[in-house]
Amino acid sequence: MLLRMGRRLGITLFSIAAVIVITFALTRLLPGDTAAYFAGPAATEQAIQEVREKLGLDRPKYEQFVRYVQDLSRGDFGQSLTTGQPVIKDIAARLPASAELTFAGLIVSILIAIPLGVLAAVKEGSAVDHFSRVIATAGVSLPVFFTGLLLAYFFYFILGWAPSPIGRLDIIYSAPPHVTGFYLIDSLIARDLEVFWAALKQLILPAATLAIFSLAPITRMTRASMLAVLSSDFVRTARASGLSTRKVILTYAFRNALLPVITTLGMVFSFLLGANVLVEKVFAWPGIGSYAVEALIASDFAPVQGFVLVMAVMYVLLNLMIDLLYGVIDPRVRMAA
Amino acid sequence: MSETPLLEIKDVTVEFATRRGIVRAVEQINISLGKGETLGIVGESGSGKSVTSYAVMRILDRAGKIANGSVVFSGIDVKNAKEDAMRDLRGREMSMIFQNPRAALNPIRKVGRQIEDVLKQHVQADTRDLKEKAVEMLRQVKIARPEERYHAYPFELSGGMCQRIVIALALACQPRLLIADEPTTGLDVTTQKSVMDLVVELTRARGMSTILITHDLGLAAAYCDRVVVMEKGKIVETALSSSIFKSPQHAYTKRLMKATPKVGGTLRGLLPEDAELSPAASMPKISIDWSAKPLLEVRNLIKEYPRQGATKTLGELFGKPAPAESIFRAVDGISFSVAKGESVGLVGESGCGKSTTSMMVMRLLDKTGGDIVFGGEDIGVIPAAKFAVLPQRKRIQMVFQDPTDSLNPRFTAARAIADPIMRLGGLSKRDAVRARCEELAQLVGLPVDLLDRFPHQLSGGQKARVGIARAIALNPELVILDEPTAALDVSVQAVVLNLLQDLKDSLGMSYLFVSHDLNVVRLLCDRVIVMRTGKVVEEGTAEEVLGSPKADYTRELLAAIPHPPH
Repeated sequence: MLLRMGRRLGITLFSIAAVIVITFALTRLLPGDTAAYFAGPAATEQAIQEVREKLGLDRPKYEQFVRYVQDLSRGDFGQSLTTGQPVIKDIAARLPASAELTFAGLIVSILIAIPLGVLAAVKEGSAVDHFSRVIATAGVSLPVFFTGLLLAYFFYFILGWAPSPIGRLDIIYSAPPHVTGFYLIDSLIARDLEVFWAALKQLILPAATLAIFSLAPITRMTRASMLAVLSSDFVRTARASGLSTRKVILTYAFRNALLPVITTLGMVFSFLLGANVLVEKVFAWPGIGSYAVEALIASDFAPVQGFVLVMAVMYVLLNLMIDLLYGVIDPRVRMAA
Repeated sequence: MSETPLLEIKDVTVEFATRRGIVRAVEQINISLGKGETLGIVGESGSGKSVTSYAVMRILDRAGKIANGSVVFSGIDVKNAKEDAMRDLRGREMSMIFQNPRAALNPIRKVGRQIEDVLKQHVQADTRDLKEKAVEMLRQVKIARPEERYHAYPFELSGGMCQRIVIALALACQPRLLIADEPTTGLDVTTQKSVMDLVVELTRARGMSTILITHDLGLAAAYCDRVVVMEKGKIVETALSSSIFKSPQHAYTKRLMKATPKVGGTLRGLLPEDAELSPAASMPKISIDWSAKPLLEVRNLIKEYPRQGATKTLGELFGKPAPAESIFRAVDGISFSVAKGESVGLVGESGCGKSTTSMMVMRLLDKTGGDIVFGGEDIGVIPAAKFAVLPQRKRIQMVFQDPTDSLNPRFTAARAIADPIMRLGGLSKRDAVRARCEELAQLVGLPVDLLDRFPHQLSGGQKARVGIARAIALNPELVILDEPTAALDVSVQAVVLNLLQDLKDSLGMSYLFVSHDLNVVRLLCDRVIVMRTGKVVEEGTAEEVLGSPKADYTRELLAAIPHPPH
């Protein structure tokens, strides 16, 4: 077991190393002269050359790479041109906003999709089954920026139930003292229910947008996986021994059906990281998605590089967690290393 | 029987709603089972024997329902009982054990916990003595070290042990009726015997009634008081098992008994009198030339695997030899030969290394040591990965165990048969390939108009024929048959075995026949090799080895085959 975990961690470290190489290669090997961007449009040939030397871009590629890794190990992701701040600082300030949004979206989606998928499988061919199919298809067919705008239009503009879809908190409130960076958690730690409600209200629409988008894969996977398990021999055995329906469906079928669903969750999370960029734009959410888009439009490479790196590392870590979770649920995975 | 029966099935019809309309799986059947009686239901696939038992437990698929008649279990009307009442009955009053025991257990729950689930459901134990009772059940089904095995998962146990766990589940609440649905199919003969003996011992001790559902007439007759024979959803005969073998009444029962391989029978004797033989049967026979050099000679063949769970030490990674305990010898220095035109049976229980041996001869698996000399050439030195494209591949072909799984579901029968012809046969013109396919289809007795069907549109016997046609398409000299009839009904098996024999005689091929069914081996093979734990236990002509065995192990195997009462 320990050996398996050790081996899995080794793979994780390797993936992270690969991500570092790729982000380096992406920004250095793509066409376009970074130094020229940095020097600005009016710079002379000489000024560009100076910038190039200052950034070390005149050095051989392997030397640049060594410097890049050294900088990373010191936590130096470079400077952002647009904000004038170190990239690491920008990301640290904005990552919690994105993470809170993504996790909220994913949790809402899981809470709806998994019961819906289980129900659709248990009552295959019933109204619930068709309803879940329609919801899932509709959710995945609509692009997130469209769903986002639609939700904002109805719930803010027409019905007025939601607060103005701008940012994480209405301007009349101030952010809770920083502990985790998640406003919902921080406000609870500060025992400030008013801010908690305000933050929650801001969060509902963008999180719902993400949830609607990710509903389909989770529902469909849960349903398919439950159907397969429900027709398996051991569920028949459980029925033939007179176990209650609840026990058969939850303890016997659902736990077995969960394995492929968890794998899907990992993929859905990565979709959400991508979808996040658009949702943050629509709801003026101060996360790293919108930060990266702005940087990209301004040809500001250091933040883009930092963004890709952080996202990739998050994804790698999430997959590590999923693999370890697999071992917890399925004893066979624990054995077969 | 004067007292009221425990179970009374009266005029029951079970219907399934399918896409092609309503299908009657079982029609108008009547079965009654007394207290403490053991009843066998025998039939081939599709006879409705399993559906009958599901109807009794009322665990039919959603599409199926008892359309007519009544099922009464100790005064309770099963057909109309409330679901809650049925749930109380299941497991407590009547329970079931299944085919394929490993799949019948929840793969990710400890077996002890699964037994506890049943005990808890039927309030047979409170939380304090729950574990104690579960361990006690494991002890009763003769699981060694029950306290330890309580924590085992199904994948950590052998097939026989899993079946014991399923039996423990079924008997945990002391039910009055046990339904055993093909409980020993897929298990070795010696395991089958110990499992069946255990079932009989436990049910006798509790005075339970048992229904044994099986395709094996011998098994039913050996363990049951009465036998019900079913064909296509109808009961054709009900008789005491002591009399059904002596004087079977119905034609179907007679055919079934005839098709079951037995001591002293012949291959032709398995077929009904009016059976149509394949064209190969009427072709001239090629006789075996015993003086010629053997076609295949295997000398001191060894296959080693790293032991499961053993991990490489740092030293091993740098070339130090692995310690002996971490190596498992699946095949441990065996030698044998196959003459041209001869058929050699390789028998033994699962895990004895017979399949590994056949895979190495087939050159699908690399050996660890020894020689495989085929037609004078040491083919053992050719890596398995390279063998597929060599001309020698044509000379050794294989028929696989599962006729369904060994056909590509997206290939028509013709395409499947044409595959080796197009790869290695040197024919590329469409018409020539098609003509060869038709010729082969005729040879194996497959109607030519079935050639354009996909595997799912063919019956088990037809799929087996496609697999055989594919194997003989390149006129091989040696065909390896890996339990080619294990997945088939006895009547289909009889036809396929005869076909194999006729093809061998007319085409002069040699067979290496891998099987665990000694009665089949006896009929088809000239010589027999008995294997155990990777070694040859006994070798000789089929009559010698199976008629008057010298090794204790061979005797044990033969004794474990269920014999009907005489």
